[in-house]
Amino acid sequence: MSDAPRRRTRGQALLAAGGVLLAVLLAIVLIGPLLAPYGAAKTSADSLAGPSALHWLGTDSIGRDVLSRLIIGGRITLLISFVAVAIALVAGLILGLVSGYVGGGTDLIIMRLLDVVFAFPVFLLAIAVVASLGPTVRNLIITIAIVYTPALARVVRGPVLSVKRWDHVEAARSVGIGELTIAVRHVLPLVISPVLVQTSLTLSNTIFTVTALSFLGLGPPPPDPNWGSMLAEARQFMELAPLTVIGPAAAIVLASLTFVVLANGLREMLDVAGR
Amino acid sequence: MSDAALLQVRDLTATFWGAGTALRVVNGVSFDIARGEAVGFVGESGSGKSITARAIMRLAPEGSSIAWGGSIRFGGQDLLTLDERAMRDVRGRRIAMVFQDPMASLNPVMTVGAQIDDVLRGHAGLSRRAARRRTIELLDQVGIRQPALRADDHPHQFSGGMRQRVLIAIAMSCQPDLLIADEPTTALDVTVQAQILRLLLRLRRELGMALMLITHDFSVIAGMVERVHVMHAGTIVESGAVDALFAAPRHAYTRALLDAVPRIGTGA
Repeated sequence: MSDAPRRRTRGQALLAAGGVLLAVLLAIVLIGPLLAPYGAAKTSADSLAGPSALHWLGTDSIGRDVLSRLIIGGRITLLISFVAVAIALVAGLILGLVSGYVGGGTDLIIMRLLDVVFAFPVFLLAIAVVASLGPTVRNLIITIAIVYTPALARVVRGPVLSVKRWDHVEAARSVGIGELTIAVRHVLPLVISPVLVQTSLTLSNTIFTVTALSFLGLGPPPPDPNWGSMLAEARQFMELAPLTVIGPAAAIVLASLTFVVLANGLREMLDVAGR
Repeated sequence: MSDAALLQVRDLTATFWGAGTALRVVNGVSFDIARGEAVGFVGESGSGKSITARAIMRLAPEGSSIAWGGSIRFGGQDLLTLDERAMRDVRGRRIAMVFQDPMASLNPVMTVGAQIDDVLRGHAGLSRRAARRRTIELLDQVGIRQPALRADDHPHQFSGGMRQRVLIAIAMSCQPDLLIADEPTTALDVTVQAQILRLLLRLRRELGMALMLITHDFSVIAGMVERVHVMHAGTIVESGAVDALFAAPRHAYTRALLDAVPRIGTGA
């Protein structure tokens, strides 16, 4: 505990840095099209141009503004990630809580089913599901939600197993509070901190998965831009216009980094605050 | 006597099942508690007194598998055969319990007021506002100053004694007929112990409820209860009026327990 103040400072710094990055990402999602200097499909005569006052990050092979496409393309990439992780989080909370709290055969069945999903490499499973369902935004969201649910459910289940044996749970039961209320009000809130950290890490992974699937052509269909497909299109011209590749690549790394930084900050803060 | 009894326990047994073996921890316990009566249960840890109390609440320790036997008649029903839904209605409303460790028995992330509100809203069906009014009354009744303000505090802002008061308020909230206090003062400072015992005594008088006081410490029992059952190794080895038992313990184990109470000077 002697390093608590130091960890708190570190946590605050990480959260502040992550917060700034998150604000940028949220701005892209919420008001992206307003921020973009040009439309996503708006072409100019100047293709594969370098950075200039008109096009800060230059233009791509058919003269579209790279910065505008990054902002507009980021929106769909991030939106898919956020919605998918939100679904995975809700599913993970429900499955983890039911599994850990009810225990016994229910626990066994739920965890073994999740193990089946968990056993596949995430990316392989994602390719298989998207390929069979078809590459639409909705299917991409469903896929990502499915592959990340087991990890979240496990992170919920673990501490539920211990918290449900705490005295205050028995005390609540002794005054006739129902099992569902106990699970939701007296157990769930006490397991939420590791879940927050895991959710942030999952978001980081999800951004990679979404862009990688899009890179392989399993993302949202063209002509709408997204970070993965932009990378794929720009790859052939990377010697001529390196910014067309560096732009989306940097965006992906930064977005992913945001959530790693946030997760670390949360962990430092919550470990210190926790008992 | 037995017709008037509020609670009638007959041949109660409790058997733990684990790793293929059965362990009988309560072995044929029978006793009555009359309406409004205070009864003490004394014995060392592991004597089966807490499990007897849990049998009445039908609360098996989480993660254990326990089989109850015998009968527990309360208000014309056998609590051991009641379905879980009806049992939940008994818990808190008819029989309530105060636990040993006030530090761990409150939900650390809910305000104490909200925890009392929940019980009132669940059992008495009070509205949010009515429940809060009653919560503040209850906190006042158990001796918490500025109850309206303290209701919005979290458990970590209360001392051990104050938390035990809150737990007593929760237990009293639906005016149960029987309050089971399982080592209610063991985790507290000696001065606070006396306050909590006085509080239990006062509330019992005011509300006319029966009290089942479980302890390993004879000094807690004196002045609190009318009758005592001494438990050892899962059975009741001696029962009697508290004064008679103190004056002339018949069973060797009772004498050993009485001798275990430290005394200042020569004293009785």
